[in-house]
Amino acid sequence: MKETTPLANKESFTSKFSKKLRNAIFVDGATLKSTAKAYLYLLPALIIIVVFSIYPIFRSLQLAFYTDFNFFTREGFETGTDNFTYVLNSQTFHLSLRNTITFVIGVVPLTIIISLMIALAIHSVAKGTAFFRSIYFLPHITSTIAIATVFQWIFHTQSGILNYILSWFGIDPIAWLGHPDWAMPALIIMSVWSNLGFGTVLLLAGLQTIDKGLYLAAKVDGAGKWHRFTTVTLPMLSPTIFFLSITSVIGSFRIFGQIFALFRGPGTANSALTVVYFIYQQFWEVRNIPRASAAALVLFAIIFAITLVQMAVGKKLVHYK
Amino acid sequence: MSDQTTLGQGPLSKTTLYILLSLGSILMLLPFLWMIISSFMTNHELLSINPRVFWPSTFQWNNYYRAMQVAPFGRYFFNSFVVAILGTIGELITTILAAYAFSRMKFWGRDILFAILLATMMVPNEILIIPNFITIANLGWVDRFEALIVPWLASVFSIFLLRQFFLGIPIQLSYAAKVDGCSDFKFLWYVMVPLAKPALITITLLTTISSWNAFLWPLIVTNITEMRTVPVGLAMFRGEAGSQYDLLMAATVLAVLPMFVLYLIMQKYIVAAASRSGLKG
Repeated sequence: MKETTPLANKESFTSKFSKKLRNAIFVDGATLKSTAKAYLYLLPALIIIVVFSIYPIFRSLQLAFYTDFNFFTREGFETGTDNFTYVLNSQTFHLSLRNTITFVIGVVPLTIIISLMIALAIHSVAKGTAFFRSIYFLPHITSTIAIATVFQWIFHTQSGILNYILSWFGIDPIAWLGHPDWAMPALIIMSVWSNLGFGTVLLLAGLQTIDKGLYLAAKVDGAGKWHRFTTVTLPMLSPTIFFLSITSVIGSFRIFGQIFALFRGPGTANSALTVVYFIYQQFWEVRNIPRASAAALVLFAIIFAITLVQMAVGKKLVHYK
Repeated sequence: MSDQTTLGQGPLSKTTLYILLSLGSILMLLPFLWMIISSFMTNHELLSINPRVFWPSTFQWNNYYRAMQVAPFGRYFFNSFVVAILGTIGELITTILAAYAFSRMKFWGRDILFAILLATMMVPNEILIIPNFITIANLGWVDRFEALIVPWLASVFSIFLLRQFFLGIPIQLSYAAKVDGCSDFKFLWYVMVPLAKPALITITLLTTISSWNAFLWPLIVTNITEMRTVPVGLAMFRGEAGSQYDLLMAATVLAVLPMFVLYLIMQKYIVAAASRSGLKG
């Protein structure tokens, strides 16, 4: 009896698995005819997705291992891990990674905290919600290139409106886009400004779903305003904050276009060189496709690892109803 | 009374909050206002230091004309409109067909195929762009509309969104249609599509806005000036116009105008649609 139990368990496990697999493939009630018809409906979408979203995943894995590749004929010859060695040891790549991480650490918490304050304020005033929301949201639908072009003018050292306003407070003109130390602050200011609206809209939607009875109950229990905020509002908003932090970390890691338009390059002394900019340089300026692919895969691995960590932390902190 | 049960009456009074929110709104609108005002000033006025000028002495409508002389913005607009319109129509067609199959048809491999499609949403664009460029180059599509449109003709996110919506439509409707001898395609076109209007509006808006604002991909697949889209043309304009900020701002106003108009008309739908997705990439 004792000897048969593990075997029986194993059998039931494999049969369970194969049953699951069978169910995933052979949908109940499907026939050859219905299957053929369905794939006819799926065909246009599948062709595009297979060619431009699934095949390139495998192709980029292949590309990253070519050590000898002709950009113009797009043929690869030798293979090896040289590209990964190069990327992981490159000072420039390290710099781009440091810059990107500085950017993410600067933008994500600021965006979430300010969005939360705006959302709370809009929610509290009750009237004019739609009006305020649509104003704060405006940058979100605007082209990032257009925003960066306007900010390039706002950040202008001699004639920029920002330095003009700062001069009221006796601050000397700052070379926002010219000085290496100010490149990241400039980029962060612009990005927080343009990301606020999205966070505000999401958090506002989250606030509107909170059951008012919870506040009443907390009040009856004698909870003060701050206490009600930390025991009702924050826990009930935590899924939204969690979602926002994951999407904005991923989005911020991918920053490129804004830098291209704001600095017309990677900034003085590469001060605004980010990882995607590094990939672009390797791909378009150095014309080294395998190296660019390797860098893109490294970026994906980093984003993926950080998302996993966030998920693990989120599991502990996020309150689900 | 209702305030006592909501968040209201926090540490700040309503009046204070209104003032703060209005100041914030000014801060949000200021860059746009400054962009518009700057586009009507002369470069001399813009670069003036003492006294600093903040309003055009005469409105320089000419700036817009001159900006269009420096770079072919008319052509950029044409390209962006073609890409946005054809791309959106194409994506709607592939999405409607695929979402119908996933929600109403029985076929082998359905669940596993759907899972694979969802998994592709996790892969960032940056990984796809290099191999896709090679595919486009091999097809001979560089500097052609095909390169700007075809790769974006299907979206897993849109299929997912519409499938969920279709699943919410009572199945009894399709039984009734079958009894009446209505074909799948007719049922989809005359019953499902009209019922799914809210989801289709969401998909249309998201696709149009992200197509209009797309940058990295159009930058890579266009080498010649005539094929640039508006954002690419604008990014390159800085090099062509030099430090003529009057022209640069006029060009930027032109670039954002179509989406501003769309936002003005469809504001409510756009906010709702965008909050369902990341939108920006």
